[in-house]
Amino acid sequence: MEKLSARRRHPLAALVALLIALAAAGGLYAAFAPTQQAQANPAQSLAIDQGKGLYDVGCASCHGTSGQGSHNGPSLVGVGAAAVDFQVGTGRMPAQQPGAQVPKKRPVYTQPQIDQLAAYVASLGPGPAIPNPSQYAPGDVASGGQLFRTNCAQCHNFAGAGGALSEGKFAPELRNVSPKHIYEAMLTGPQNMPSFPDTTMPEPQKRDIIAFVTHVTNPSSNPSYGGLSLGSLGPVPEGLFGWIFGLGVLVAASIWIAARTAKARK
Amino acid sequence: MTHQDSNAADHLPERGKPGKAVDPFADPGLPAHEPRRQDIDERAAKHSERVVTMLFVLAVIAAFGFIASYVLIPKSKVVFIFPVGHVSAQNFALGGTLGIALLCIGVGAIHWARTLMSDAEYASERHPISAPPEVRRKVFTDFQQGVAESGLGRRKMMRNALLGAMTIVPLSAIVLFRDLGPLPEKKLERTAWAGGKRLINMNDNQPLRPEDIAVGSLTFAKPEGVQESDEDFQEVMAKAALMIVRIMPSDIKDKRSADWGHQGILAYSKICTHVGCPISLYEQQTHHVLCPCHQSTFDLADGGRVIFGPAGHPLPQLRIAVNGQGYLSALGDFDKPVGPGYWERSA
Repeated sequence: MEKLSARRRHPLAALVALLIALAAAGGLYAAFAPTQQAQANPAQSLAIDQGKGLYDVGCASCHGTSGQGSHNGPSLVGVGAAAVDFQVGTGRMPAQQPGAQVPKKRPVYTQPQIDQLAAYVASLGPGPAIPNPSQYAPGDVASGGQLFRTNCAQCHNFAGAGGALSEGKFAPELRNVSPKHIYEAMLTGPQNMPSFPDTTMPEPQKRDIIAFVTHVTNPSSNPSYGGLSLGSLGPVPEGLFGWIFGLGVLVAASIWIAARTAKARK
Repeated sequence: MTHQDSNAADHLPERGKPGKAVDPFADPGLPAHEPRRQDIDERAAKHSERVVTMLFVLAVIAAFGFIASYVLIPKSKVVFIFPVGHVSAQNFALGGTLGIALLCIGVGAIHWARTLMSDAEYASERHPISAPPEVRRKVFTDFQQGVAESGLGRRKMMRNALLGAMTIVPLSAIVLFRDLGPLPEKKLERTAWAGGKRLINMNDNQPLRPEDIAVGSLTFAKPEGVQESDEDFQEVMAKAALMIVRIMPSDIKDKRSADWGHQGILAYSKICTHVGCPISLYEQQTHHVLCPCHQSTFDLADGGRVIFGPAGHPLPQLRIAVNGQGYLSALGDFDKPVGPGYWERSA
């Protein structure tokens, strides 16, 4: 140390000190800086490549070879991974045939394949990502009920039983729809459903709605207290049932009573 | 008469011989009374009596069952009943016992009436209901004597004053009809929207910015200053309810409608112009909004024009702009009355 301090007035001392400081700063930066983002994620790139392979086989005929869309299907640039996860995860895509509305069916792809497809479509343009489980964990049922009646019940019915729209389109029933898919549907607005983005329907409100939908459509948490719910479709089927079966039974009983004589000689 | 004619006439009743005339539409009268088994067999009657008594006793037992199910079955208990599925045990027990009680009373009453009450037929003759002439004469003379004695015919001023009083006193109640009013005047034309009022998101009570509204999204808004805790909240929102959509500006067909929005953000009344149902069945690809009540369909990309159904007016649009702080705000009230038409509607 004595030797070092003796040379502190050496003409090159300042240069040496500067070099040491620079090396220390650089080393510290290299040690603490998040280097992950700067590098390509090999797993992600692989998923995109595999997704592209699946896309070319299953989707490109309608949505175009690079997702630009065609007269058979809309562009997928910017729809995001959430839209893919919803459409493919509920079996709506790939569509069986064009029509007023593509219905739900048994999914064609496995969840890992759906994730690869989603990774590929997400790489086409920025869009909503697949939510993580904490984002769609059920919230408050009561608040969700209020939000559901304001935003959703007009099409999906007060009990989530769905309803008709124009020209063969319909709002599907919400029974057995997974919380993730409900969240993605609100986020992306599939087909003719309007979207409810986080800017107008923040995440806690979405979680409340999910809590309400799963509560109200599940017979074990929300049993039909009155017995026959007749599909929870509202007053029209209930009235029809009352008029046809209720009055029908009364008329039949009256006829039965009057048709039988009480006389001894029949 | 030809041979054939005389042959046909053989089957008709002969004319001019009253003794042999047969009236084809004669009153057949009542058929002979037929007894029931209970009328001739005392044991059968006893049996019927026992059946009816048992039905009424069963009704009483079911009523006790009704009370017991109300008291004993917990409200939250849910059971599975085969044809109807999962139901509340208490509701099912209450409905079942009450149904059995009412049915037993009804069946018992009918069985009683059919087997034990007298079923002999009686004819009840109808007679003219006017009084005999001497009674009528007596009533008329009594009445005329009363008129003469009261002086109604002689003291005309007093009689007219009475008639006036009898007319005016009941008519005075007419003023009470004022309480059916007042007329709505301009109340139906105005809503809580006014120039400068910001659009508040119904979901989180925050003022909306244009960047919050994505293309294809649907948002419901209320005017700034309206609180859900307000006493007249429902009444105010019944007219002021607003739905906000964003349509690609190139898709908007109506120039004025586009000008009244902000970069494709359009704000329409949520109240159907047919009979005032809240409408928001919005199809984001077709930009159509349907009414669930009578299927009126409005094209939000074409100034809210009616394209189907019974609605008579386009959906009123609210003029909006972005204020100095970057929030969406109204430039005034709706230019037309929201909701269904009415007599005094000016536009």
